[in-house]
Amino acid sequence: MTSIYLLLAAILFTIGLVGFLLRRNALVVFMCVELMLNAANLVFVAFSTHYGILTGQMAAFFVMVVAAAEVVIGLSIIVMIYRTRRSTSVDNLTVLKG
Amino acid sequence: MLLPLLTGVEVTFWICAVLAIAGAVGLVAFAKPVYSALCLALVMICLAVIYASMGAPFLFVVQIIVYTGAVLMLFLFVVMLVGVDAADSLTETMRGHRLAVALAAIGVLALLTLVIVQGVHGHPVGVDAANEAAGGNVEGLAELIFGRYVIAFEATAALLITAAVAAMVLAHPELLRRKLSQFDLAAKRMTTYEASGQGLAPRPASGVFARHNSLATPALLPDGQIAEASLSPALTGRAVTASPEDLWSAHDDVLVALEQAEDVDFEDALIESDPVIEQAEVDFLDDQAGVDSDSASDQVSADAELVAVVAQVEATQSVPVVPGSDAPVAPQPDEPVEVLVDETVDAATDRPSAAATDPLVDDGYTPASDDTEEER
Repeated sequence: MTSIYLLLAAILFTIGLVGFLLRRNALVVFMCVELMLNAANLVFVAFSTHYGILTGQMAAFFVMVVAAAEVVIGLSIIVMIYRTRRSTSVDNLTVLKG
Repeated sequence: MLLPLLTGVEVTFWICAVLAIAGAVGLVAFAKPVYSALCLALVMICLAVIYASMGAPFLFVVQIIVYTGAVLMLFLFVVMLVGVDAADSLTETMRGHRLAVALAAIGVLALLTLVIVQGVHGHPVGVDAANEAAGGNVEGLAELIFGRYVIAFEATAALLITAAVAAMVLAHPELLRRKLSQFDLAAKRMTTYEASGQGLAPRPASGVFARHNSLATPALLPDGQIAEASLSPALTGRAVTASPEDLWSAHDDVLVALEQAEDVDFEDALIESDPVIEQAEVDFLDDQAGVDSDSASDQVSADAELVAVVAQVEATQSVPVVPGSDAPVAPQPDEPVEVLVDETVDAATDRPSAAATDPLVDDGYTPASDDTEEER
């Protein structure tokens, strides 16, 4: 039973990875990162159930806290980029290119 | 039994797994970021339900509140901020990009599946015993968070504070160029005038017409054309401005109404005068009946000329009988209409019009002079 939870997490992680690599809108890329974080959370909870200890759930809780902080920072960066460049496409961000 | 035995946990898992994968595919496939965000919300809610079925009610609630409630609404907020319509083009810009992505995805999925198949042994113990031992799921997690892992918890507190401050600093609009002062603006205006001969005078204000007084109403030039400079380009771009034909037609309607008003015989207009107004007049007379009758009674004998003039004014005001124009709706015996009518009646001071319309006036009617108003 634990394996199918992990398989679901693996599928979600892979879809998030595909979106992260494929999409060019910074917002959607960011959402795909969130999807991968959620998949990792599912693995934590699944193993917590598998071994019968609560530490996995606690780790998932910490992941959520860190994800919330990350979303705040990331979204404000996206807003700042949009304000200066009028675009959120990651293809346009070539300022650092040598 | 033909059907395989399914527990409630398994049924929940299969329903939510299908929905979650569909939502994840939608997240990647939709071109518009709003749809992607809503698909991500679907995935997160499905995961929350799965958490609930796995004996993690605290995570279920936190997932709903933090992820679906806060994080995703923040996402939607930013999507609205940076343009909902900014659809992502799904065309391939780099050669071999999609092939490489597909290969990477297959590789990662194969690797993860291999690890899962090889790495998980035995049957799941279930977290119920641990929950029971601590007196509940929330209590068990609290023991861990505020016991063994309290340092990590304090670190997350510092992280959240840092994130909040950083978000405020980052979101604070930084001026990219010096702010223009009044002097700079005036100098720029003069430079523009020198170069192009335009822009010295203020731009024309938007128009105010009988049917429109919004900023979307263009000012009309003397020949009836729209003065383009009187409208905000944003309103013009959204095509919400009033059309000039509409503005002309209002003017024409007023002209037609005025012409018809001249045609109306005001004797007929008086006979067909409003029943509500008549009722209000009767009420007013009833009120006045109690007032001292001999005060200012000589004003009743106003000369016929004044009576005729005021009656003509009333006839003109009752022109809204004319169909098709913006006539006031048929008066209903409602409270506001009564109030309105009373105001109209009061506005016609000394009420010689009532004397003209109502023969009852001659005996006992005293016009509303100042002293009677004070008595009332």
